Amino acid sequence: MDEAELRDLIPGVLAALVHRGADFATAEDAVQEALIRAVEAWPTQRPDDLKGWLITTAWRRFLDLARADVARRRREIRVYTEPPPGPSTQTDDTLQLYFLCAHPSLAPASAVALTLRAVGGLTTRQIAQAYLVPDATMAQRISRAKRTVSDARLDRPGDLRTVLRVLYLVFNEGYGGDVDLAAEAIRLARQLTATTDDVEVAGLLALFLLHHARRPARTRADGRLVPLADQDRGLWQRDLIAEGVAVLQAALARDRLGEYQAQAAIAALHADAQTADETDWVQIVEWYDELVALTNSPVVQLNRAVAVGQADGPQAGLAALADLDPTLPRYLASSAYLHERAGDIATAATLYVDAAAQAQNVAERNHLTLQAATLRQRLSGGEF
Amino acid sequence: MAKYLFLKHYRGAPAAVNDVPMDQWAPGEIEAHIQYMEDFAAGLKDTGEYVDSQALAKEGAWVRSDGEGKPPVTDGPFAETKDLIAGFMIIDVDSYERAVELAGELSAAPGAGGRPIHEWLEVRPFMGSPTTVTD
Repeated sequence: MDEAELRDLIPGVLAALVHRGADFATAEDAVQEALIRAVEAWPTQRPDDLKGWLITTAWRRFLDLARADVARRRREIRVYTEPPPGPSTQTDDTLQLYFLCAHPSLAPASAVALTLRAVGGLTTRQIAQAYLVPDATMAQRISRAKRTVSDARLDRPGDLRTVLRVLYLVFNEGYGGDVDLAAEAIRLARQLTATTDDVEVAGLLALFLLHHARRPARTRADGRLVPLADQDRGLWQRDLIAEGVAVLQAALARDRLGEYQAQAAIAALHADAQTADETDWVQIVEWYDELVALTNSPVVQLNRAVAVGQADGPQAGLAALADLDPTLPRYLASSAYLHERAGDIATAATLYVDAAAQAQNVAERNHLTLQAATLRQRLSGGEF
Repeated sequence: MAKYLFLKHYRGAPAAVNDVPMDQWAPGEIEAHIQYMEDFAAGLKDTGEYVDSQALAKEGAWVRSDGEGKPPVTDGPFAETKDLIAGFMIIDVDSYERAVELAGELSAAPGAGGRPIHEWLEVRPFMGSPTTVTD
């Protein structure tokens, strides 16, 4: 059994404990300890019912922890007798855990950390390394988050949008460490699709798969970013694309469009093009129109302007850009790119320099600086 | 989540409101200041926002390469006019607003007369990581 397979069992185990009356915070600690025991015990003696074993072990540990807690703090607990091993819990409970970990009372970073630990089953150390903070800081962040949601009711439907937002953050923020956060987000999104038939969950999974498929082409060996147009499409993972497209088509067929489906549709159109030149930009602009209608997001409008530049020419793109706020992130980079395509190399070079100064990450800054340098070399006749 | 660097300057920052050098404080005032700094860091650890903090010694030098096969050139100690960093703190918070709030709190550490120093701290965002979804 690999680690991911083991971790797939966690939400169900945790939900079972909470279902039996365990408080969420203590139950979560107990499940983590049961996992450690499973890793120790299973290689030599693998139980027939893995989930049942985990539930029993975690429940016993919970009782120990709860009793110790009572002895220490003289606090009443709701449950103190060991019930018979119950049947595997329903998927509803798993969904409730996702809701709890993405509770609206939590700040995004706390919701992300709690989701990765309580639903994802990652250790505090793994999460700390992934987000480049000390272990103790992450431990505190998680325990505060657990306290914050400890009074939340588990029997009420939560807001699926906040859950999707949390998974999107896990996927999209490219932090590192030993943990593959993108793969983890995909695993959790997959698990979520098994607990709810909400069409946007499918949209999010499709979006993840379609972007993850490009990963081998997205960075050079030296870590430099490769823009979409320059990527070696032979490196794209066709199996992930096929799955993403299938998930997306099934979702779109249900005719309840949402922003993640629309974003996935744009990624699918890129995946569909054998070369950058074959990209169906007209359709992509149509999807951006849908996205603008759904989100009214200025960032989406900026991306739309760039797509318009591809579909209808750079002047049309610049005209679309002119309606937007110039202080938007990546506005200058987009303007530089459209000017470059329009043949106004001098303006483009200056804009790339300004855009580099405003870049929010090093990879983007390096890319923009390099663009500026290349255009300046062309201007001074240094090439060809 | 975003990381920010707080830079505290020995020299080079605009003058603080309570601008009395530490060597002129009473021992109790210095103790109160140190306690405040320790409590501040402890508070950030408790909220899960603390990353690191270090004080820097005043001595130091400029160093540069002098070409292959030669030892590096040093120039120091620093001239009195140089902007001098006294120390730094790194935090990991949900927003720029939170970073400013915390820097404000740190700036209010007690100084001479037990009154807040109101010193100027430099707040600098870290570069982030490139996002995965770009189109």
